[in-house]
Amino acid sequence: METLTSLIQDRLRWLGLTALVLVVGSGWIWHSSVPTSATTGGLIPSPREGFLAPDFTLDLAGGGQLTLSELRGEVVLINLWTSWCPPCRLEMPSLQRVYEANRERGVEVLAINMTYQDSETAAVEFVQELGLTFPVLLDRTGEVGYKYQLRSLPTTFFVDRQGVITQVILGGPMSEVTLQTALESLLSEEP
Amino acid sequence: MLPILQLGPLALQLPGLLILLGVWVGTHLIEKEAPRHKLPAGVLSNMVFFSLLGGIAGARLGYALRFFEVYSKDPLGLIALNPHTLAPFEGVVAALIVALIYGQRKHLPLYPTLDAFTQGLASMAIFLGLANISSGDAFGAPTTVPWAIDLWGASRHPSQIYETIAAALVYLVIQRLKIRSPFPGFNFTLWILLTSISRLFLEAFRGDSVLIFDGLRSAQVVSLALAVAAMLAFHYLARRHARADAE
Repeated sequence: METLTSLIQDRLRWLGLTALVLVVGSGWIWHSSVPTSATTGGLIPSPREGFLAPDFTLDLAGGGQLTLSELRGEVVLINLWTSWCPPCRLEMPSLQRVYEANRERGVEVLAINMTYQDSETAAVEFVQELGLTFPVLLDRTGEVGYKYQLRSLPTTFFVDRQGVITQVILGGPMSEVTLQTALESLLSEEP
Repeated sequence: MLPILQLGPLALQLPGLLILLGVWVGTHLIEKEAPRHKLPAGVLSNMVFFSLLGGIAGARLGYALRFFEVYSKDPLGLIALNPHTLAPFEGVVAALIVALIYGQRKHLPLYPTLDAFTQGLASMAIFLGLANISSGDAFGAPTTVPWAIDLWGASRHPSQIYETIAAALVYLVIQRLKIRSPFPGFNFTLWILLTSISRLFLEAFRGDSVLIFDGLRSAQVVSLALAVAAMLAFHYLARRHARADAE
């Protein structure tokens, strides 16, 4: 330890060592620099922030089908839910209010019922009971649950206009403030 | 990767639990270190507690200021138990300000206090690495090395494991050298230096780096600046201590 202390106190040798760290460190930074596109996962589909939201086509509860990639250009909120999950039920009214307040600003809410873990009848009854007007999709086979690595109900994904996930919220219920602030960030970006 | 720990009907968010555990272990180590630096253990653990509170409050207020219009319509949103509505930078600044004010009010000497915190901070870094392993955050760059892991749609460097091992090694070095600390401030400066150098090296294997100046990884630039600052601080502290000894 005494050798180290005397080395630290020796101005010339210590500053020389510091300069060496600076040069080697700068060289390593230069060596490990990458093209701007290399570290983002924006083109790889995966259910996490910074990655492309995995695409899907599902049946709508009221009839017809919807494909996620067709919504490119809009801000999309994807909410995975079941009718038996209390926090999912609790946050639905907030989702409805936020949808109504932002629909004209280019926000789409997709409530994907994990039908393979739920009763389709119960899910549809719940949607009618609350008078939800945003698209409710039915994941009967578990395709979306698998692609989005569902681990907790509800789970919500915020997707920007380019189709990239910007935020993932596991669990709930989410307040309107949480929903609105997450959407504001996305809406403030250039279309 | 195990972000959710299912215990019967309870779904626990494991990364958050690991961070809480890290704070608890870190605080315990700080309290244990305090007497060796002739500091009151209770005051230091209070400092951690108040800094955490200040940090959380600052992070929430910082976030609310960014979305003032939304929060002004629903001020109760300020007290929501939601970790997603926090601004990390503002939180860290608020925590440091609270720590500084508290330390000054309690007349805590700067360098011995920083030294007393070092082992606790080094242990918290290990738990942060474990939390990243659990959540899959701080993920690595795509690679073909034999020990690559499949994560987020690609074979990647297990960067979370690299960083946890590095944090554990730094902890062991600090643990070994702390008793032989030659001057006040040595432990803390050493921790900054070793942590900066490990981050400077390991950031090269990350797949989520923030890039600046057309391709440089910002964390590496900050780490190099910190490493150089720590080396200069070493020199300054050692000379200062030698002068004080001579007088």
